[in-house]
Amino acid sequence: MYYLWVFLIGGFICMLGQVLIIYTNITSARILVTFVLIGVALQAFEIFDPISQFARAGINVPIIGFGASLAKGAIGAVRAKGLLGAFTGGLEATAGGIAAAVLFAFIFALIFHSKTKK
Amino acid sequence: MDKKEIQKRNEAYNRYVKARLPKTKAWPSLFNSFWVGGVICCIGQGINDLILLWFPSIAEQSAWALTLITLILIASFLTGIGVYDKIGKFAGGGSIVPITGFSNSITSPALEFKHEGVIYGICVKMFTIAGPVIVSGVVASVVVGIIYLFI
Repeated sequence: MYYLWVFLIGGFICMLGQVLIIYTNITSARILVTFVLIGVALQAFEIFDPISQFARAGINVPIIGFGASLAKGAIGAVRAKGLLGAFTGGLEATAGGIAAAVLFAFIFALIFHSKTKK
Repeated sequence: MDKKEIQKRNEAYNRYVKARLPKTKAWPSLFNSFWVGGVICCIGQGINDLILLWFPSIAEQSAWALTLITLILIASFLTGIGVYDKIGKFAGGGSIVPITGFSNSITSPALEFKHEGVIYGICVKMFTIAGPVIVSGVVASVVVGIIYLFI
């Protein structure tokens, strides 16, 4: 049954992005930046985890989840290691996603050819 | 041309551009972004459930990381074969906001600028959109970390 929540909340967050596109003609880079910062803020104010409890992938799959794990990593590492943690924690927590995105982009860019420019 | 003429010309040009810009129809595009975004999140939930089923002892955080990596792989591949751009035209925000849009924003320029070479094409252009995302995210997370150091 929780798939309904995942669908509704995930869809709603994506629709917010579309609202920004329609009313402000914002570029996709700015949308991604905005939602990452929203995620960082949600985690910093400790609102993210309660939402994540029932929204699950609905809030973890949107890029908000990426921002939240950046902040979560930094906060956790600060508590464990002090000042150094503020610098290492964020990227440590998101290293998997960034490395995967870079690796797959590199491989597929080598294999495939652009469909738009011929 | 003096300043006034230039201003007048610029205004006329802006009006022309505005008249020619494709108008996004609000309601259908909102609906499409809603259901496509929702479906992508449900696929993510499905992957997450499968991971938890196969590796019951995995930590919650690691399970999400694996889920996102899988979604990134799928989106990167779909971008490579040209399918994701079609989804993007149809769904707008529904394809940008999920992590798959982040993956697409890295793979897509890498593909497009491949002809400029591996270093200056693929490796440099890869970060045209992802760069600002990572920079703002890292800066914000370090700031949050330092604030938590004092409270």
